[in-house]
Amino acid sequence: MLDAAQTTDVQAETLLEVNNIEVIYNHVILVLKGVSLTVPKGGITALLGGNGAGKTTTLKAVSNLLHSERGEVTKGSIRYRGESIHASDPADLVEKGVIQVMEGRHCFEHLTVEENLLTGAYTRKDGNAAIQQDLDLVYNYFPRLKERRRSQAGYTSGGEQQMVAMGRALMSRPETILLDEPSMGLAPQLVEEIFGIVKDLNEKEGVSFLLAEQNTNVALRFAHYGYILESGRVVMDGPAAELRENPDVKEFYLGMSDEGRKSFRDVRSYRRRKRWL
Amino acid sequence: MPEQLVFAMEVTLNGLMAGVLYALVALGFVLIYKASGIFNYAQGVMALFAAMTLVGIMNGQVPFAHLINAIFGTHVHEFGWSVPGFVAILLTLAVMVLLAWAVQRFVMRHLVGQEPIILFMATIGLAFFLEGVADLMWGSEIKTLDVGLPQGINLWIDETTFQIFDYGFFIDNLDIVATLIAALLVIALVAFSQYTKQGRAMRAVADDHQAALSVGISLNFIWVMVWSVAGFVALVAGIMWGTKSGVQFSLSLIALKALPVLMLGGFTSIPGAIVGGLIIGVGEKLFEFALGPALGGATENWFAYVLALIFLVFRPQGLFGEKIIERV
Ligand SMILES: Nc1ncnc2c1ncn2[C@@H]1O[C@H](COP(=O)(O)OP(=O)(O)OP(=O)(O)O)[C@@H](O)[C@H]1O
Ligand SMILES: [Mg+2]
Repeated sequence: MLDAAQTTDVQAETLLEVNNIEVIYNHVILVLKGVSLTVPKGGITALLGGNGAGKTTTLKAVSNLLHSERGEVTKGSIRYRGESIHASDPADLVEKGVIQVMEGRHCFEHLTVEENLLTGAYTRKDGNAAIQQDLDLVYNYFPRLKERRRSQAGYTSGGEQQMVAMGRALMSRPETILLDEPSMGLAPQLVEEIFGIVKDLNEKEGVSFLLAEQNTNVALRFAHYGYILESGRVVMDGPAAELRENPDVKEFYLGMSDEGRKSFRDVRSYRRRKRWL
Repeated sequence: MPEQLVFAMEVTLNGLMAGVLYALVALGFVLIYKASGIFNYAQGVMALFAAMTLVGIMNGQVPFAHLINAIFGTHVHEFGWSVPGFVAILLTLAVMVLLAWAVQRFVMRHLVGQEPIILFMATIGLAFFLEGVADLMWGSEIKTLDVGLPQGINLWIDETTFQIFDYGFFIDNLDIVATLIAALLVIALVAFSQYTKQGRAMRAVADDHQAALSVGISLNFIWVMVWSVAGFVALVAGIMWGTKSGVQFSLSLIALKALPVLMLGGFTSIPGAIVGGLIIGVGEKLFEFALGPALGGATENWFAYVLALIFLVFRPQGLFGEKIIERV
């Protein structure tokens, strides 16, 4: 009995449940071929894989930004708190507490840093005082943004833009953030800083994350659970600590092979064997 | 003071006021272009449509009277009442918002993500369609518009300048009112886009559609809003121009005057539209005054375009065109 009680935080409530989805772009290009994953409340869940694996597509399928890119979920289901969100538009989802931080930041370049943050509160109806309070909270997590609040976002550095994009999402008071490649193009030190903030937000503000990353190494250090995606399929998943120790992950994603470099073809056939056996 | 200089001052003043009207039309273009990347060829026709609707409502005309009579064999033409100017303006505004909604719902929404040239062609289609609808609704005869704006020479200016220069300036009251209203409108628009939540959202959409969607801004709503504002601007331009020279087809050609203004001021800049309008207004009047007689007159027809061409060669983004922020 006691044991069961103790493990409840491991068996935390499921927020997001993606069940065997298929995504097609332009009615013909099949990109996701049956992806399933769950995001528990209070966790950081990593979605790993190389270029073109389908990480971004998965996140956009959830946030429903796919629609504006002529992409479509053709099979499977996506549930948030048990409720199907397949047909919700992005604005509904933001109100439900799910917001995406897109790959490549996508700041509003001609708006100031502070205006960028305020757009994040667009769907909120709880009044200016509450919004101001959250603005302070964001500046608290990203002190650098406070210094630059009056600068045009387009003229801030890559790291600052990443912070703007994350701060902007925070302004919607999200329960879950879909964070797409926060490390992209940033110096290692800055990557650490950003991930440190993700961890803080997760622990102190209770924000759950679904985190798409190519940088497997960093992601697995900060995440609790990981999924590895390859050509539109989940090929492996497990607690981050286990994935870190897994020899295949070490070899293919962490670049820690003892046997030296293998040719691409070897890798392919090796993967195929692994996957289907 | 030399006589020529005094004349030039009068010409400049008149040019400034014409320029304000050009700026107003150009502003309608800038708003839509900024927010949706659409060059709205129909902006001029929207001004015509607004002016015709306004006259029609004021005179208590039955919309689509010809069509109704042809189908039902009736002879209705007028309701037999007349609506005061202010109320009619509000009603026309409502019609323009409805139009904005319809344009978004039935045309633009289906063209999201298409090439700019396709969107542009859609607005050409819209222009012809709207022109036809306007004729069908209100009849194609030339109408006079009088919402009670003051008209005629401003005596105070006439007398004051006469005392100073020994020559009275001819400045039309309508031009003065138009300038004031346009200035107010511009201030209101700038305040709206800078300091309100929806204005901020509008600028966000102009910067990055996808990101705007991702924070929960509804593109549909913003676009209807922008088209409504452009419709409002068209209405104001239509009232000014219609009062001045009657409501007729040529009113829709003021859009052609806005084109050089845009080339000069940049397609994305509100201050650019204003300054560009003023430069062209003053420039064409002064040019005509100084060199018109020598060049055979009617230089106003082409001066603006030549000026704009020269600008295009040396500063293609216009005077105030937004710098494209690039960053790797
Ligand atoms: N709008 C689109 N239209 C057609 N195909 C697309 C579109 N977006 C992505 N794809 C294709 O879908 C596949 C998966 O792309 P996705 O962006 O999801 O990968 P990713 O894992 O995020 O890669 P990266 O790490 O490079 O960001 C790629 O092969 C890509 O070419
Ligand atoms: Mg991606």
